[in-house]
Amino acid sequence: MRKILVVAMAAVLPLFAAGCGEKPTVTVYKQGMYQGKPDQQPWDNEQFKGDKVAWEKAVKARNLGQNEYERVVAH
Amino acid sequence: MARMKFLADAERCIECNGCVTACKQEHEIPWGVNRRRVVTLNDGVPGEKSISVACMHCSDAPCMAVCPVDVFYKTTEGLVLHDKDLCIGCGYCFYACPFGAPQFPQDGAFGLRGKMDKCTFCAGGPEPDFSPAEFKKYGRNRIAEGKLPACAEQCATKALLGGDGDVIADIYRRRVTTRGRGSEVWGWGTAYGRPEKPPAQPGGKS
Repeated sequence: MRKILVVAMAAVLPLFAAGCGEKPTVTVYKQGMYQGKPDQQPWDNEQFKGDKVAWEKAVKARNLGQNEYERVVAH
Repeated sequence: MARMKFLADAERCIECNGCVTACKQEHEIPWGVNRRRVVTLNDGVPGEKSISVACMHCSDAPCMAVCPVDVFYKTTEGLVLHDKDLCIGCGYCFYACPFGAPQFPQDGAFGLRGKMDKCTFCAGGPEPDFSPAEFKKYGRNRIAEGKLPACAEQCATKALLGGDGDVIADIYRRRVTTRGRGSEVWGWGTAYGRPEKPPAQPGGKS
């Protein structure tokens, strides 16, 4: 009787372990796979001449300009 | 600087389609291609809500994952852009995108599908900045001019915000706390992680 039980358990064990073999099916994009032409930074042009700080300052001013709570009070 | 993002405030959008028109005009986009569009929920029903939808420049963009020829790249500002020269017009990105952002010009016979076109956050593409080639393929490069996307900047009610994710999140947070509502619809709890208290039952014990 005990032998049958051991054999039955041994037969069922792979079913319990089957879930452990599942592989992730979500595709993760790997950086560096881009095949196209390189793009330049937005501050590397005639207008900003490589001045990243000036570009960030200009964009930040535009960003904050969207907040009318601040903009209306300021003027 | 944090990542560049769009944020649509459904409480403010009046469905004027000004953002759609500004995008069309700014980039001289051909007929049949809509980089941006306004979607209205419960149209015609009192309390209807509208939001402006385009490429959301996902942090983990599914279009980048599925593209068989790897034309997508991500800029240092978090913008998802692509090289049209390599695009084969297969349409995988369209199927992968939850926002329906990728557009395909169809100006030929037999359902011809051209190279994919989508919102660039007004940041152009992999061509020299301000060059005719960049304008022709990707539209105007306002980001390189130190400006923000035309759609967001022209929005009359400022329903559509675009720019540094931290800054526009601050603007939106202040709006919601000032008006005292609007957070329950568009994922406020997910974004800011404070579960709201359940409303008190009338006549119930508290």
